Amino acid sequence: MSNFAIETVGLTYNFGNQTVVKDLSLQVPNGSIYGFLGPNGAGKTTTIKILLNLLQSPADQVFIFGKEINRNRIATLKRVGALVEQPAIYGHLSGKENLINRCILLGIKKSKADDMLALVGLTEAANKKSSKYSLGMKQRLGIALALVSDPELLLLDEPTNGLDPNGIIEVRNLMIDLATKHNKTILVSSHLLAEIERTATHVGIINKGSLLFQGTINELHLLSKPMLEIEVDQIESAAKLLSASGFEVLESTLKKIIVPFASPKNSGEINTLLVQNGFTVSSLYQQRKDLENLFLDITKNN
Amino acid sequence: MRSLYISIFSEFYKSRKTLAFWAAILLPVVICSLVTFGFYSNSDKILKMGYPGLMLWARYSGATLNVMGMLIMPFYVIFMAFSVNNIEHKNDTWKTLFAQPLNKFSIYAAKYLYAVLLIFICLALFAALTFGLGYLLQALVPKYTFNQYNPSTVLINSYTKLFLSSLGILSLQFILSLIWADFLKPMGVGFIGTIMGIVTASLNWKYAYLIPYSLPALALQITKVKPGGDPLAFEIFTKEIYTSLIYALVLFIIGYFIVSKKSIK
Repeated sequence: MSNFAIETVGLTYNFGNQTVVKDLSLQVPNGSIYGFLGPNGAGKTTTIKILLNLLQSPADQVFIFGKEINRNRIATLKRVGALVEQPAIYGHLSGKENLINRCILLGIKKSKADDMLALVGLTEAANKKSSKYSLGMKQRLGIALALVSDPELLLLDEPTNGLDPNGIIEVRNLMIDLATKHNKTILVSSHLLAEIERTATHVGIINKGSLLFQGTINELHLLSKPMLEIEVDQIESAAKLLSASGFEVLESTLKKIIVPFASPKNSGEINTLLVQNGFTVSSLYQQRKDLENLFLDITKNN
Repeated sequence: MRSLYISIFSEFYKSRKTLAFWAAILLPVVICSLVTFGFYSNSDKILKMGYPGLMLWARYSGATLNVMGMLIMPFYVIFMAFSVNNIEHKNDTWKTLFAQPLNKFSIYAAKYLYAVLLIFICLALFAALTFGLGYLLQALVPKYTFNQYNPSTVLINSYTKLFLSSLGILSLQFILSLIWADFLKPMGVGFIGTIMGIVTASLNWKYAYLIPYSLPALALQITKVKPGGDPLAFEIFTKEIYTSLIYALVLFIIGYFIVSKKSIK
């Protein structure tokens, strides 16, 4: 049994001659909340559609709970609930009828519909025509529809789109609840890092169809370790000196040297060392990239 | 099989509050009531003709059958094919439907069979109402001769032919409505097709039977009672019916390939 709820192996997908997903190797561990991040048009929705077998992937590239998706479509879909793009709701039916229809399709008890409405706080609007719902209510109904089969894996495509701050917090808490108390694996896509940062345990960053980063949220934080940027003359020899003296030089550009920031004392020692060796240090400052900038950087450079 | 059954049931559940579903019931009720009302209010004129039972039934049922066969039936079928697909286009629910743990073929076949079922219900109601309201007329106007002849076999045969001959149009329109999300394109093609069908059928063009849209009209032409002939002698499985069934089957299969290759964007 694989430890990954979702695993893609070098997944590539083309629309005509345009490559939308390029050599994508996702690894979503069981029980995680996996934040799938990327700017609009990065290939997130396409990837989610592939994971639902709505778009046919090449053989042996997509595995859900360790099983190849094309060969196990129905068995796989039984364990997956999804909300793709705007929630797919029959406007002429009420919220409750939408859920009952889903219960019919899934062969489960219709009483589940009421439970789900209560879960997403739509009990009062249960018998209202869903075309009359607000955007937030539709989104919540969409989540209820995804949850009705009690799936082990949830794929949520921008679930907080169009929600007000309260709604966003509700969805966020719901996700945390589902993952921690009900042991579900959730893949949630977003173009906003701040939103993912608060819920996700793991993060994958995609841009132009390629995966640029994948790891735990802590690993992502480590990427944004504080740095010490040193502006100094004779960069090359200064860098050599620092390396020789046991400092880790992360980067040396034309204008500055970047080393990990450890402590103010440590910064002072570096300064002293350089000055004593005849270098002119024009500035020395601590720089910290916040995740938002990091995300922008990661996606921009590619 | 189970997945087909629940898909059909879900189709019913989704559409039970829509015009598409109610049309199957309202159309026969309205048309049969109108014709019956006409026969009731004009009973003195009709009685003067002195039709025997068989001819009276032929006139009475023909009034509905001809309107149906020529015009309403093709449009009704076009509308059915449109509405079972449109419910998904309109709500953007194709992707959710195909993300359910159900066989893709079942989902597609359920939609098609549901449309077939609605057409069947509609035509069965036509036959039943024609029969029932005929006897009601007899009760209301005792001088009528409806009770001299039992039309059930002719009615069943005629509506069975109409039903089978419309399946070709259904499959064709089903594909059009599957591909095109809007109303005008399948409707436009259907409209032109139907006009063409009426023209070619009424001109008795040699190859009219190759046009799906002319098949209901053609099928009914042959049903018309020939003077002196036995009205029960007509065959159900004529050339038109076979053509319709072949069209239906082939296009149904093609439709499935379109669905299974359809990229759900």
